[in-house]
Amino acid sequence: MKFAFFPGCVSKGGCPELYQSVMEVYPRLGLELEEMTTASCTGAGVLQEKDRKLGDVLNARTFALAEQAGLPIMTICSTCQGVMSQANHRLTTDPPYLAAVNEILNEEGLTYRGTTQIRHFVWILLEELGEQGIRQRVRRPLTELRAAPFYGCYLQRPSEALGFQDQPDRAKSLELIMSWLGLEVVDFPGKTRCCGFPLLTINEKNSLRMVASHTLDAKRNGADILVTPCPLCHLNLDGMQSRAAGQQQADIDLPIWHLPQLLGLAMGMEPKRLGLTRHLVSTQGVLDKLGSAVA
Amino acid sequence: MITIFRIRRFNPEAAPSMPYFQEYKLDTDRADTVLDALIDIRETLDESLTLRCSCRGAICGSCSMRINGHAALACKTKVQAMASERGVVQVEPMNNMPVIKDLVTDMAGFWEKVRQVQPWLQPAGQEPEGEYLASSESMNHLTGVMGCIMCGACVSDCAALEVDERFVGPAALAKAYRFVADPRDGAARSRLLALNEPGGMWDCTRCMECIEVCPKGVGAMERIMSLRSRGIEAGVPSTSGSRHAEVFADLIYRKGRLDEPMLATRTFGLQNLSRLLSLLPMVLRAFVRGKVPKSGPLHRAIPGVEKFRRLFQRMEERP
Ligand code: SF4
Ligand code: SF4
Ligand code: FES
Repeated sequence: MKFAFFPGCVSKGGCPELYQSVMEVYPRLGLELEEMTTASCTGAGVLQEKDRKLGDVLNARTFALAEQAGLPIMTICSTCQGVMSQANHRLTTDPPYLAAVNEILNEEGLTYRGTTQIRHFVWILLEELGEQGIRQRVRRPLTELRAAPFYGCYLQRPSEALGFQDQPDRAKSLELIMSWLGLEVVDFPGKTRCCGFPLLTINEKNSLRMVASHTLDAKRNGADILVTPCPLCHLNLDGMQSRAAGQQQADIDLPIWHLPQLLGLAMGMEPKRLGLTRHLVSTQGVLDKLGSAVA
Repeated sequence: MITIFRIRRFNPEAAPSMPYFQEYKLDTDRADTVLDALIDIRETLDESLTLRCSCRGAICGSCSMRINGHAALACKTKVQAMASERGVVQVEPMNNMPVIKDLVTDMAGFWEKVRQVQPWLQPAGQEPEGEYLASSESMNHLTGVMGCIMCGACVSDCAALEVDERFVGPAALAKAYRFVADPRDGAARSRLLALNEPGGMWDCTRCMECIEVCPKGVGAMERIMSLRSRGIEAGVPSTSGSRHAEVFADLIYRKGRLDEPMLATRTFGLQNLSRLLSLLPMVLRAFVRGKVPKSGPLHRAIPGVEKFRRLFQRMEERP
């Protein structure tokens, strides 16, 4: 299946290991990707604080580009996905609004007809490959690993724009996919909560409290690692973890993995090729633990 | 259908007064709401179970509690929609407020914060001869927020309040918006100035929990975002939050994409050099770990950015 690939700014900026791991795994999943190089940032909910309609115009432009190419969009970031899903929901449920947005898009000779599908990589794994498609690709079942999911707000809420009504499994997509990879899924209440990233610039103290609370909670529930489909959650939970640990005077040391890295490892790929050496919280301890299973 | 209700109990007068879960088995009907079931439990199984309700029709807002981990009106939530495969429904009091007994929470702090935003009309200028007039369009826009029944569900599940009880919270901020956006109100600027302070509109972490759990579709977070843009428009003193949004927009205008080093530098800049410098150790460690994209840390603009910029200009020309 072919997609217009929207990597998002962060996978090409602060989380290059995410982009790297997606590039490694996708050909082995039978996916075909055409990267959208002329698409803009979604606004990440930040631009929308200043001007929501402007955000919708920029996203409608991206949808129109994919529509022209006749391809559904694939995202690899909870925030990109959520912001795009919300924009698309507003545009496709309000024809006069879509017309007003198109009037601005005409400036670039573009029109959006409202037909573009936008799906996160996780949903594609769930809905296109499914349990069988994933299980049959597993070469190294990660049975010794205890992993907790961490979705990112934008992949959970608002459920209406994310299509949970028609696709109820999306609400537990990470748990399903992780279990198909053979590992033990650790449940904990923080899995659908906010990582604190949007508060980082505004109120660092509160942001770090969220990092500490979720990582410590996951550890208390027995998790070896936290797995996320969102690079922004990764930036905060991995990048700011040592500072959060300092704030709470606690020892955290919980590696945060991108979902494609976990998938790649289960498919038998080398940790280094998946960018697992490029994290701030070292993944080495966990890889050592898996040593016997992975060797 | 036999349903197991796993209810969080707490009695401050018991010794020791520690919360605990108690299970009740009840035969429930397809049409039963969680509130019906709880009342049934109280009437037939355990008269000590304490809860609060009044209208039973999703109007009064008094029966908010957490059902399977999320706040909801018990009278609006069907048992069958919530029962797990094993037929279990978990019921707890609301979060982010003190528990008085069992499922009843103390709403005093909630009302205190609502009062803090001065939830009454403050018209400016001469009193008109007749009534204060407002267009029906503007009033229609406000009906969404006016639908709030003050149930507290959004406050219960708010992620920002969970880590900082000083945050004014979604219900009070939605109420503030209701007056800032009312054409008859003359105090928008002073309201926005007050909300610009720490604990105000910039302390929301945009988690959308308040949108998801609201039984009335008030969309508190959307209102908070509107308050932020109105604040920026009204030129309230810049905060790291408002600078972040402004710089973000400008970077997209220039490059079509995000430029993280630029964003941090310009958001904190000279106003907050220490904050910027405090990020350095993390940045250095990221470099050492090879956490830098192949193209280097500086980001090039997307191809065709000149044409793309015209969309921004078109937006500025709009009425
Ligand atoms: S979006 Fe903001 S106000 Fe709403 S629940 Fe989250 S942090 Fe609280
Ligand atoms: S905004 Fe919604 S959830 Fe919050 S108090 Fe009002 S009705 Fe309840
Ligand atoms: S009893 Fe009034 S809202 Fe539920």
